[in-house]
Order: sequence, then structure tokens, then C-alpha cells
Amino acid sequence: MAKVVAVTGNEACANALRQVNPDVCGVYPITPQTDMMQKYASFVSNGKVDTEIILVESEHSSMSACIGAAAAGGRVVTATSSQGLALMWEMLHIASGDRLPIIMPVVNRALSAPLNIHGDHSDAMGARDTGWIQLWSENAQDAYDNTIQAFRIGEHMDIRLPVMVCLDGFIISHSIERMEYLEDEEVKGFVGEYKNFLPLLDLDKPKSYGPLILPDLFHEYKKAQHETMLKVKDVVLKVAADFEKLSGRKYGLFESYRLDDADIALVILNSAAGTSKDIVDGFRARGIKAGLLKPRLFRPFPYEEVAEALGNTKAVCVMDRSDSFGGYGPVFMEISSALYPLKERPVLINRIYGLGGRDYLPEHGEAVLNELDEIAKGGKVEKYKEYIGVRE
Amino acid sequence: MATGLTLKELSKKEELLTHGHRMCAGCGAPIAVKMVLLATDYPVIASNATGCLEVSSCISEYTAWKIPWIHTAFENAAATISGVETMFRSLKKQGKIGGEVKFMAFGGDGGTYDIGLQSLSGAMERGHDMLYVCYDNGAYMNTGIQRSSATPMGADTTTCPAGSVIPGKPQKRKNLTKIMAAHNIPFSAQASPSHWTDLMKKVKKAHEIKGPKFLNIIAPCNRGWRSKTNDAIMLSRLAVNTCYWPLYEIEDGVTKITYTPKEKKPLVDFMKPQGRFKHLFAPENEELMKILQGQVDSDWEKLKREAEHG
Repeated sequence: MAKVVAVTGNEACANALRQVNPDVCGVYPITPQTDMMQKYASFVSNGKVDTEIILVESEHSSMSACIGAAAAGGRVVTATSSQGLALMWEMLHIASGDRLPIIMPVVNRALSAPLNIHGDHSDAMGARDTGWIQLWSENAQDAYDNTIQAFRIGEHMDIRLPVMVCLDGFIISHSIERMEYLEDEEVKGFVGEYKNFLPLLDLDKPKSYGPLILPDLFHEYKKAQHETMLKVKDVVLKVAADFEKLSGRKYGLFESYRLDDADIALVILNSAAGTSKDIVDGFRARGIKAGLLKPRLFRPFPYEEVAEALGNTKAVCVMDRSDSFGGYGPVFMEISSALYPLKERPVLINRIYGLGGRDYLPEHGEAVLNELDEIAKGGKVEKYKEYIGVRE
Repeated sequence: MATGLTLKELSKKEELLTHGHRMCAGCGAPIAVKMVLLATDYPVIASNATGCLEVSSCISEYTAWKIPWIHTAFENAAATISGVETMFRSLKKQGKIGGEVKFMAFGGDGGTYDIGLQSLSGAMERGHDMLYVCYDNGAYMNTGIQRSSATPMGADTTTCPAGSVIPGKPQKRKNLTKIMAAHNIPFSAQASPSHWTDLMKKVKKAHEIKGPKFLNIIAPCNRGWRSKTNDAIMLSRLAVNTCYWPLYEIEDGVTKITYTPKEKKPLVDFMKPQGRFKHLFAPENEELMKILQGQVDSDWEKLKREAEHG
């Protein structure tokens, strides 16, 4: 039986982790993730979980300890944001290269300098190429549901890869929303017992983790990692189907919103997708065929499926809440790669919004959709990439 | 069953770091590691910082380690093994695993004194049940003899080369054994492969103490020290007998010198066979040589005073 609650995104994720009851959790504070791990620490102190927490002295050590713990053989979690994720960067590659299914909520926040503690996607986009699976979440419910599903995906015996669950800093991590919790037993049953694979603690069969691999074999190891990533999509869909049976909530590789007959569309991640759906509804009410695509699985990226979903539109704006300075936004690059193989493609533009917690307002999305409407009618593209919501 | 510290008994034990690894001939590090493992009478899991020992002992499909072993990166051998140890405690608490396991980390001085110091400090402070072993060869030898904070003052390295203006490393080395003791851990000690019974006794003692332990072992490197391939033991003995590398332990805050040389030799006896100090024997560096001897003398006197006061 679902339990309806009013909680923050951080609390929702902390409760998902409590219900899973992992063996080890690495804990280090960083805004806006801090109170997720604080809540988890209180579960430990009050005997609500069996977890041993490691109160490390940095995020680098947190991920290092998580790697050691996961290699030892057991379920391992941590959480971070921003500079913390950046400090972990070296170890993120090692977690995935060693094929260790560590689960990590990432509460998205801007990267310094200048210092800013508010939400944007620079941190997780910077970790795009680290070999982690990435699931993105619009709201607290998504973040909770994704966290639970992440265990089944990462720990799948064909996959064995770490998973980041991304949610927007403050907007989702600190805002109270209505959502539904599953029962503890339901979550426990859904994720199942942790299955070990080559644990260090199997003393009878000693293993060596982290060898030196020179040019004779390194290339093959990396190819194998890519091929494993290609299997993730199917697992994500199977896990989502099981999750729907349990919760009634449907998840896919991405969400298509009023996209079937759309002429113009926004592609937008996380919390701003909620605002944008309202804007899309407004345009539909005016008879303009607008739609929206909200990516969920960003790594691996579902190119073919996205191309199919956007292929019949006339103009698309990819909204990025992070930037690759001097290049296009990271989501734009994926969408353009997805659409390129099509014979007939929509016009594609890129708008950068909401950096460092700058509000994304309905008028911003409306202006973009108006521009797309003009382009769809044969209008000229003034600028392919532009910042929006900029103070004059 | 505990092995006695006799050559006869030790020779019957299986070597847990096998032959066939690719460390240089005459390297002190694998000698130190073999001694540490020979003195270990428990199942053991080790982590290893990136460095000579790591890159030479587990390559592609081959490993020289007969124990469960993990290398992740350079600066985090302590954090990595702290994770392994925590998982063991978690599974044991939950009744999913039993028995007793010892957790160890091996790192060179670069991975321990420098880049790994934060991770080591954190793991010691958190109180993990582990023994961190540093093999100190006094420079980044794996990357080609660059200066570390363990490099002795005056030594010639590739990043503090002895030149016409600067005579090698200008700074005194860091005293990591005491820094570790200052974490209020139950056991911090220095050892040398030349004094193997002393080294192995310290390992055995460390394994019987619950909590974080630190053991610093001098490990001559003939490539970096510019010495002969057959003099690792001779040089580590001279390091001890000149009191450049005193053998002592700090147990629960109490300092004990575990070996006092019968005759304290002059520091030049340790320096002379090593090409890294060659330039210091030039007449213009006479004053610097006196300073170096003075440092060893005052450090030794200070250590003796600390040992006297317990």
C-alpha cells in the first residue's frame, strides 16, 4: 500500500536508501546534498538500518572507500553534489572500470568559480564520460523511484555498473512535494538480496583488483565497457516494467509529453520539465502543436528512440542547464547526434538557461516556443545557441 | 598457528608475494613486503597505492599477490582499505560472514607522505582496524626519482637536481612516523629490512592491536639512490646504525627505541655509497654536510629523551 507523504527530494532519496538498507554508505557533507546523508546518518544512529557508515574526510576518500567496500562484496551507496562530484572524478572512472555497482544520488549544483551553491547540471554533465549510468529526475517522486530502480539496473549480472541518480539542487532537494512511498517490504522485495560477483572477502579465492593493463589489452577492456553500456537500455526498460507493476508509475528511457503530433518541441531535463509541460499545455490550448521530451536515461543515451520520438517535428529547442563553453550544451550535442542519421530532420536550436540557480520562468519557455513556432513556419534561425533569462 | 621468528620456521611458510614480479633487481620494497607478510599469521587483504610495487606486481592477467589485493589510485590506499574493512564489519555484524581478517595497505613515500596523507590521516582518525605500511625509498621512484617530502635534505633528484646554485633538496624531510603517532593511534613504528626480527616483531605486535596502526619501513632503491644492486640490506643497516633511520615504536603514546646501535656511525658512512649524495662531498658543501650530521644528532638525542620519559 502506497503511503502519501509531503517530503523534500533529499528526504525521499534518504528514505529510498533506508528501504534498500545497503551494507555500507560513504558520508561527506556538501550543499545541497548534505541533509540527505544527515537523514541517513540518523537512520543508522537509531538502528533503522544495518548499514555501516564511513564518515570520510573528503569526497575523494568517500568514493575510494565505496570502491573498496563494493569490491569487498556488498551493497554500497553514497551521495554528493557539485565540487564533491568533481573531486570524485578520478575515482568515478575507477568505480565503473572495476565494474562496481555503487548507487549515488547526485543533487545537481553549479561548479565553481565563481562559487555558487544553487542548482544547475554542470556537475553531472561533467561526469558524463566516467562510465556511470545516469538517471535524471524531475521531482521527488522521480528521484525516489529512480533511486530504487538504480539498484536493480546497476546490480544486474549483465551490467554491474555504478549509477548516478540526478535531481535538481534546492528546487527538488529542498522543496516539499506530495509523493508516494512504497512499503519497506515492497522495496526490499523489489531490489532483492545483493548478489556478489568476485568479492575480495572470498578469502579462499584471492582476487587482484585494479591491475596495470598496457596497450596490449587496454583497448579491449574499454570496448567491453562500451558494449556493457549498450545492454543497459533493455535492463532499464525491464526494471521499469517491474516497477510499474509494483507502483503503478510508468518509466521509460525518456518521457514524451504531447509529442506524437507535435510540430515544435522542447527537450529539457529534470525540474524545469515540469514548468515546461504547463507551458506546452498553454500552447496546445492556443492550437499550436507543442510537445516536450524529458530525457531520463542520459548515459547510455538512447539515440534511436529519441530520433524516432523527435523525427516528425519541425523545430526543436534543446534546453541545457549547463554549458560547454565555446561549444554547444551537452544535451544539445546528444540530440543533434541522435537526429543526424534521419533523412528529414527538424531545425535544432540550443538555449542555455538557469545556471547557478537562475529561475526558469514560464515566460522563458514561452519565448522559446514562440521562436520555434516561427522557425517551424519557415522563419530564419537568428542564433543556434543563445543564453536565455539573462539580466540586461 | 603463529610462526616463530626463526629462519627455520619462516622458511617453511608460503610466500604471499611470489617471485616473478617485475620490481628491479635489488629493490628494497618487495623485501619489506615479504617480511611483513611472512610475519602475518592471519588471513589478510591488502590495498596498494599506485607506485613501483603496484605497477610491477599485477600486470594484465598476472598477479604476484596470493592474497586478496586491490589497487584503485595513488592517493587513497588508506581510504580504499578502510572501505574493505568497513564492509567486513558490516557483513560480520549482520551475520553474513565470520572469521578474522587483517586489513593492510602498502604505499611508497609519494603515495603516503605526500598525495596520500589526507586519506591516511582520515583513515587513522576514523579508527579502522588496519595496518598501513609505507615503504619509504625517499622519492617518487616509479616516475623517475622526483623529490618527495620524504627525500633527505641535500639529495639529488630529478626535480631538485644538484646544480651549481642549489645543492639538491633544500628542505628537511617530514617525520611521518611521529605525525601518525600524533593521531593518537595505538601503534606507530619505524623498521628496516636489515633488522628483520625487529621488523617482524613490530608487524606481529601491530596485528594483535585493534585499531589503526602505522609502520614506516626504509626501502633502498638502487636506481634512485644511485647505489649498487646488491646493497639494499647494507644501506638500510647503515641507515639504522648512523641513526638516520632509528628503529623505534610509539605505542599508546609511549616511545620506545627498539634497537640502539652499539656504535653510532657517522652519517657519511650511509651517504658515501649513494650517488644521490655525491655532490655533497665537494669542498664547497662541507658546511651543509655538518648541518646534515647535526640534524641526525639532534633528532636522535630528542628521540632518546622522548624514550627516557616514556
